Amino acid sequence: MNQADTHLKTQAILNTVAHEGGNFSVLLSGDWVLSNLTSDSDLQKRIKQAAEDKKLHWDLRSVNGLDSATALLLWQAWGQSVPAGLEIKPEHLRLINKWQNQTVPNLDEPSFSFLQTATYLSNAISDVFEQVLNFIALLGQLLLDGGHLLRHPGGIPWSEISITIYDAGVRALGITALVGFLIGIVLSYLSALQLKLFGAEIYIIDILGLSVIRELGPLLAAILVAGRSGSAMTAQIGIMRVTEELDALSAMGISHSLRLVLPKVIALTVSLPLLSVWTSATALIGGMLSAQNTLDISYQQFLLKLPDAAPLLNVFIGLGKSAVFGLMIALIACHFGFRIKPNTESLGNETTNSVVAAITVVIMVDAVFAILFMDVGMP
Amino acid sequence: MNQPHAIQLEHIWTSFGDKVVHKDINLALPKGEILGLVGASGCGKTVLLREIIGLQIPNKGEIFVMGESLKTISSSHGKRLRHHCGVLFQKGALFSVLNVFENIAFPLRELGVDDEEFIKYLVFMNLENVGLSAKDAWLKPADLSGGMTKRVALARTLILEPSLLLLDEPTSGLDPISSQDFVDLLSGLHRDLNFTVILVTHDLDILRDLCTKVAVLADQQLVAFGTLATVLACQHPFVQRYFHNQRAQRVFNYQAQAQPKTQQGQLSG
Ligand SMILES: Nc1ncnc2c1ncn2[C@@H]1O[C@H](COP(=O)(O)OP(=O)(O)O)[C@@H](O)[C@H]1O
Ligand SMILES: [Mg+2]
Repeated sequence: MNQADTHLKTQAILNTVAHEGGNFSVLLSGDWVLSNLTSDSDLQKRIKQAAEDKKLHWDLRSVNGLDSATALLLWQAWGQSVPAGLEIKPEHLRLINKWQNQTVPNLDEPSFSFLQTATYLSNAISDVFEQVLNFIALLGQLLLDGGHLLRHPGGIPWSEISITIYDAGVRALGITALVGFLIGIVLSYLSALQLKLFGAEIYIIDILGLSVIRELGPLLAAILVAGRSGSAMTAQIGIMRVTEELDALSAMGISHSLRLVLPKVIALTVSLPLLSVWTSATALIGGMLSAQNTLDISYQQFLLKLPDAAPLLNVFIGLGKSAVFGLMIALIACHFGFRIKPNTESLGNETTNSVVAAITVVIMVDAVFAILFMDVGMP
Repeated sequence: MNQPHAIQLEHIWTSFGDKVVHKDINLALPKGEILGLVGASGCGKTVLLREIIGLQIPNKGEIFVMGESLKTISSSHGKRLRHHCGVLFQKGALFSVLNVFENIAFPLRELGVDDEEFIKYLVFMNLENVGLSAKDAWLKPADLSGGMTKRVALARTLILEPSLLLLDEPTSGLDPISSQDFVDLLSGLHRDLNFTVILVTHDLDILRDLCTKVAVLADQQLVAFGTLATVLACQHPFVQRYFHNQRAQRVFNYQAQAQPKTQQGQLSG
């Protein structure tokens, strides 16, 4: 035992002492605190064994420290009573006697039953409806706010919008460029292998141009932004709920949708199309490099043929799509942010839900665009 | 007296950037005392508590808890030390995913107690002690009022009856009756368990009725330390303003008139 150990309560000691005449007494000494007992399961067993023998004499006078928990443990071992002839310090007796009058209320934790399962189900269904309704309400509020701002342009939250554009757009340039570039290389390389078989190398430009500008660029940018900024927006609004910042805004008469939702929606609607052009460009550069390497298609050739392979209209389709993606991602992020309840579990769950929902909706919207613009912009 | 002090602060300096919070703080608190730490808001009381717990490291100086230097303590020993330390944070710091019952039972379960009956007894006794009803046990922290949060946090702190209690403003946000209950509860437990307490408070009644020692933090230093009487006699301008205004005088005079004997006992330590 080092010197420090003597300062901490380290030991609880139980000795059984035999007296003349065949009497036994149990001698407790040391520090009887819960942390000592839990680290020594053997000791608990020995207490229980000793307590079974009702004739034993208990001597607790040399106990240094006793806490309420250990007092309870002893009292329970003694069969919820104090053994006859107990010798103990008065302050320790007070701790043990405290348990004599203590009752455990017979309140059971709410448990599961058939009725509860039914209400749980009906709650789940009404929850879905409520979510849809809330989402529509959010959208409607946004339109109203937009109308309000058109009439009062002084109230447009420019600084919030520009901060969000910087956070969600400018700071995403690096990652979107990297991902776009790599996807471009991979796509080009895989297509090249197939095209070589048919001697149709030159069509690599058609494949890359159309798929990247129309589909992959906008989709990649949207998925990255949903994971990056969508989750951040949800968590931000959620933390504001936890720290009562939302209530403070309401109390000051500041509309949540005007100050929190609208800037995010505008910022993403503006920045995502730009990001998607950026992603498409880097993907095409990656594809061009790879095409030059694997198929010997020169950069000049690639760039000259590109406008024919993917007419300009495709760029506009991509831009329009991205704007809708940005709008949906921001709206969904805010929607789930406001659903967060003030606890850590809900924060995690809703942030996950937000990202999953955003990516799903992005892909669904993409499918709708694909159907609507089936015959538009094809070479 | 070779018994180690419960807390020993030696030349503590703390600063955040340019801002100096503690300038050479020294304090030695014997075991079994209830120390009331007072000072203006923002003078670094919470920071000092956090340093004693080991959540923050002072720029200079050494802290001894139960005779052990926090600088050199091994991690396993530090863990054991923490079992003997109870901390009540200023904002309660309840676990938001657990209900009240599980929050209070948390330290027990961490110690490896798995007897549900045993846990129930202890939890409900502590709930009762802090003046909450058994019905509140299934509420989540988000559904509690500020005062209830404080009480639940206090119950969680007290459940292991640690030998060193650090309480950050335990009675702020409580009504006067609950504050009085807190004083009764703590002095009752202190009588039976003789633990050491450091509590940050702005409550003059608590200093008068509960604390055996008072320390005053002002101008980044410990300007007064001792029994309430010693501190009252201190000439430092902050102490003068803090204790010798009309409000404080009413609190102390009322006591002097009502129970002259108790106060005598209290002041002499
Ligand atoms: N992490 C931190 N970074 C910078 N400054 C801090 C930090 N924590 C506390 N402070 C500053 O230290 C001072 C003391 O804070 P605190 O101990 O919380 O005050 P109080 O005495 O009211 O509890 C305050 O002025 C606060 O601004
Ligand atoms: Mg504080």
